Amino acid sequence: MSKRIAKELSDCTTSPPPGISITLPSDSDLHKWHVTLTPSPTSIYAGGTFGLVVTLPPDFPFRAPHIVFSTRIYHPNVTNDAAGNICLGLLKDENWKPGSRLRGVLEAVRGLLDEPNPDDPLEPRIADEFRREREVFDKNARAHVVSYAKGKPSFVVAAPAPAASGKEGKGGKA
Amino acid sequence: MDSDEDFMSAVSSEDDILPDDSENEDMSGGEDFDDFDEPDPDLGISKDFGQRKRVAYDIPFQVYKPADIQKQQDELVNEVNMILDIPKGEAAILLRHFRWNKERLIEDYMDRPRQVLEASGLALEPASLPKLEVLPGFMCDICCEDGDGLESFAIKCGHRYCVDCYRHYLAQKIKEEGEAARIQCPSGGCNLIIDARSLDLLVTPELTARYHELLNRTYVEDKDTLKWCPAPDCPNAIECGVKKKDLDKVVPTVSCLCEHRFCFGCILNDHQPAPCELVKRWLKKCADDSETANWISANTKECPRCGSTIEKNGGCNHMTCRKCKHEFCWMCMGLWSEHGTSWYNCNRFEEKSGLDARDAQAKSRVSLDRYLHYYNRYANHEQSARLDKNLSQKTEKKMVQLQKESGMSWIEVQYLNAASQALQTCRTTLMWTYAFAFYLARNNLTEIFEDNQKDLEMAVENLSAMFERPVTELADSKLKVELMDKTSYCNKRRIILLEDTAQNLADGRWTFNVELTGSAASSGPSNRA
Repeated sequence: MSKRIAKELSDCTTSPPPGISITLPSDSDLHKWHVTLTPSPTSIYAGGTFGLVVTLPPDFPFRAPHIVFSTRIYHPNVTNDAAGNICLGLLKDENWKPGSRLRGVLEAVRGLLDEPNPDDPLEPRIADEFRREREVFDKNARAHVVSYAKGKPSFVVAAPAPAASGKEGKGGKA
Repeated sequence: MDSDEDFMSAVSSEDDILPDDSENEDMSGGEDFDDFDEPDPDLGISKDFGQRKRVAYDIPFQVYKPADIQKQQDELVNEVNMILDIPKGEAAILLRHFRWNKERLIEDYMDRPRQVLEASGLALEPASLPKLEVLPGFMCDICCEDGDGLESFAIKCGHRYCVDCYRHYLAQKIKEEGEAARIQCPSGGCNLIIDARSLDLLVTPELTARYHELLNRTYVEDKDTLKWCPAPDCPNAIECGVKKKDLDKVVPTVSCLCEHRFCFGCILNDHQPAPCELVKRWLKKCADDSETANWISANTKECPRCGSTIEKNGGCNHMTCRKCKHEFCWMCMGLWSEHGTSWYNCNRFEEKSGLDARDAQAKSRVSLDRYLHYYNRYANHEQSARLDKNLSQKTEKKMVQLQKESGMSWIEVQYLNAASQALQTCRTTLMWTYAFAFYLARNNLTEIFEDNQKDLEMAVENLSAMFERPVTELADSKLKVELMDKTSYCNKRRIILLEDTAQNLADGRWTFNVELTGSAASSGPSNRA
């Protein structure tokens, strides 16, 4: 499937989607991407630069890519820690389709910075704040941008992305 | 439903129910489904309480073998195929989408065919047979291969992928995710469901078997009135009209052709006369550590200063905490220094904190004693039932031996088997009467219940004792008659007890120490019980 990955990569680098630029940490490994994400100017996170680490499982595209924020972000759908896990329906294994494109996925992640989805939160407290006290949320989000998302993003994540072994038996229904 | 009479004739001898194909069509109509907000059509349960006082503990049910299940599905598909003039493959998809509610499908389809087809993942054009194609200049969007002669496939949405990728995708869905009826097109955001004929074309033979097995499963799993027999490797399903909300009124024990007896409400082994909710609580109570905690609170006290748990191991009431060296009186928990020299006669007995501590301890002790009373009897019957089971495995040997020694025929020695069966069933019933009794609040009916329980227990113990005698004695014709009498007496006592408890349960005459209409009467997620 390296052909597919190569194509996706060239798609995303020759005409990159807005606010997204991709580098490979190792030229020999197409399965690990470093993505630098610049939020849209209207986003509350505008002014920051965010690092994403994309890990493609060995049986990609039949399994979903694994994407985490390597830059701390104050967001209802991203864990507020160094692991930076993202809650995005598209990235869940049961919703993933082999026909989905990484380009679309990255755009969706960027879209989360414009429109957080408090109904499906990873951080219930932040989601609650987003809904009820938007000013406080905005202030906190901006403060996080100032503290963590200035300058060149780092691509170090706390917990390594699970090496998608892909063979988790779901045979419980047998 | 019009088949109450048929059901009744079936349940009158629960050990030899055979599926009656002529009744199968009766089952196809009238069921309700959770996701359609309709009032529950009554499958005859509450009606039965009025009509069938004689067997209130026995509920109507029907066992289906895999062939029956397949036949029912085929019949429904054929009907829809004829009525709506839809190809069978699509009729099946529509039926699955409507969770096998044929009436609703037909009604909805008549009203707005377009929406129905779209919602269930069927596009509009009449189906042309699916086929693999080689298209010039085709590149698969999944693997990005574009070689000449690359075979490709697309369902009606036109999202085309190479056959290898399609197969990989399907294998993953069918084998690993156990999906069958609702596999969507591999394209992101396309919800079109891959129809059965396309699957037949694409999947490898060994996967087709699995696929059809999964489709059969959805038929049973989609219907609230159908459940798989939980016995290992048993392929049968059981139909029963008892609803979750009825489970505080009835204990729906059913029995499969494989002889496994289980509760249709919670899938656990037969637990009559105790209702599902009580069983659930009882098992949890027996499994978790709450009784350890009770023991601790009944037999130990905490050091008034540091809180360490102390078990008194000698007669002296002058306690010195090992940990903090606090000295206190075990009787009143007060400071030892205040006791002066009158330590042998605690003079602060009336002090309030001491009083409270003693009250709590006494209460805990009573509740523990009560629990242990019922638990010991429950556990005892559980163990005996297990031993009786071992015995029954030896029964066959016994029967052969008896045949040899007495010259009786195989039919003639069946009474041993009957006795063994009776012992096991009655023990199981007895076991659950103790869990039932633990939660039962005293009223004027409990005495009758306890008498019934006692009578059954005595009958069982008598039979049990007799059953263990050496074969040579059992061959005696007088003993044989006696054993048969005792067996039938046991069964009779069991039925009397079950009838009484079931009738009172149906009439709501029992009062329990716990809420029976609790939040979790069964294992199902959407609980209305």
